Amino acid sequence: MAQYAVLVYSPAPADPMDLTPDYVALLERYPAQVAELGGQIVTGFALQPSTTATAVHGDIVTDGPFIEAKEVVAGFYVLEAPDLDVALKIAKLNPATIHGGVEVRPLFTPPAE
Amino acid sequence: MSDRQPAAVTSTPEAGDAAPAEHAGAAAHGAAAERAVVEAHRREWAFVLAATARVAGDFDLAEECVQEAYVAALGAWARDGVPDKPGAWLTATARRKAFDVLRRRQVFRSKLPLLVEPDEAEMDEPDEDAVPDDRLRLVFTCCHPAIAREAQVALTLRLVCGVSTGDIARSFLVSEPTMAARVTRAKKKISAARIPYRVPEAAELPERLDAVLTVVHLLYTTGHTAPSGADLVRADLVERALHLTRMLLALMPDEPEVRGLLALLLLTDARRATRTDAEGRLLRLAEQDRSAWDRTAIGEGRRLVLDAFRTGRVGRYALQAAIASLHALAPSYAATDWPQIVQLYDALLTRWPSPVVALNRAVAVSTVAGPAAALADVDALAQDPRLAGYHYLPAVRADLLRQLNRPTEAAQAYRAALELADNDAEREFLTTRLAELT
Repeated sequence: MAQYAVLVYSPAPADPMDLTPDYVALLERYPAQVAELGGQIVTGFALQPSTTATAVHGDIVTDGPFIEAKEVVAGFYVLEAPDLDVALKIAKLNPATIHGGVEVRPLFTPPAE
Repeated sequence: MSDRQPAAVTSTPEAGDAAPAEHAGAAAHGAAAERAVVEAHRREWAFVLAATARVAGDFDLAEECVQEAYVAALGAWARDGVPDKPGAWLTATARRKAFDVLRRRQVFRSKLPLLVEPDEAEMDEPDEDAVPDDRLRLVFTCCHPAIAREAQVALTLRLVCGVSTGDIARSFLVSEPTMAARVTRAKKKISAARIPYRVPEAAELPERLDAVLTVVHLLYTTGHTAPSGADLVRADLVERALHLTRMLLALMPDEPEVRGLLALLLLTDARRATRTDAEGRLLRLAEQDRSAWDRTAIGEGRRLVLDAFRTGRVGRYALQAAIASLHALAPSYAATDWPQIVQLYDALLTRWPSPVVALNRAVAVSTVAGPAAALADVDALAQDPRLAGYHYLPAVRADLLRQLNRPTEAAQAYRAALELADNDAEREFLTTRLAELT
């Protein structure tokens, strides 16, 4: 099994308290769908809205996310899946893809000597 | 509890030895209480809010409780007389309200860690005589680098000075809902991101203090030359900035830059009354009536500059104040110690390499080495993209070209400055100069 980080992007400020009941219902169904497709969510986190973010560039500290954009990281999870095709199938079912999107990115493991 | 002093021991001027009729006494008490509450709002707000925030755990609750305490004071002080220590009375009352709310909410444990670790001793009824002075914590939290600069300024006015959101909005020429959203968002961030309620440690203090002084200086400069609008000066902001700096100096007497900033503000503000003529037109330094400058402010500012220099740790505010003090002490524009001013600008540039400082240096150079030398400096500065859109650059250029008797180029530069200036008094000044040339 390979491991992927799935970064969830939603329209700023991506406040989890603003999620609609419909969206929450979709989220609740999601782990079952993941399992059905042969994957497993190892761990995941939702984030506070991007208005609470603080960016550090060099020695400059600024209010707000690292990159100002219409969509911001709303959360992330680690997904275990047999391969990328399965991971992408799973990612496509994520409700975040309706109004935002997700980035699927393999976790790094140091190469063997 | 000793928070409600009997009327007999209060020392308001009205409670004199003459014994007025009962109802007249009550009315006098009411008026005295009202005055005392207004005075306490101006003088004690920061202390009361800072001490209440420590136990409330978030600024919204703290503000609510402090406001309620001020309302309660109106009635209690009229009834029982003004207490000896109004600040302590207000703090004890506000903190008690905060405790009550927290107990009711039953979220004590989850709320408290947001600011400071709860002190077991403070869990009991707060002791009004041993209220810690948390004003520095409050200031450093409001000016935390994780908060956007404009929100730092708004938070400082709201939380440290107790200015209403509507008044802050008017000072910065934005709508009240916009300013309210800015303040709310900043307060939410403090709580959600857990910006700590503490004074920075020694190692980070210089940088963090610089942010605080920048916010106060920004308040002052916004008041001193309003960026746009009809009046050149917004006196309320100037007063707030001076009051804040005095408070900071009382709380941090060993920081030479706080001293330097207070000196700079006093020395600049000493000229406030002479910066415009009776019609509100801008007067240049050379045209101002030096006999009308505030000598008391100049004297205090000068002493503070010397004190700051004596520490041997001379920062940018002390250097700017030193320049301002040379101007303030000069008998006339021509008799100003320009060579020393140029030297101070050189020292300032090594500590604060800002193109705005370099532009001011060029003005001083023009009086020492002549307008041609200064013009060369200004033309070099014009290449700096950081000065693009800065209306003083073409204004200074115009003045130098005028002195060099190059009226066509001078007129062009005045027009460029006019396109960038938004303050009415400054625009009128530029328009007049332009008219003299054409």
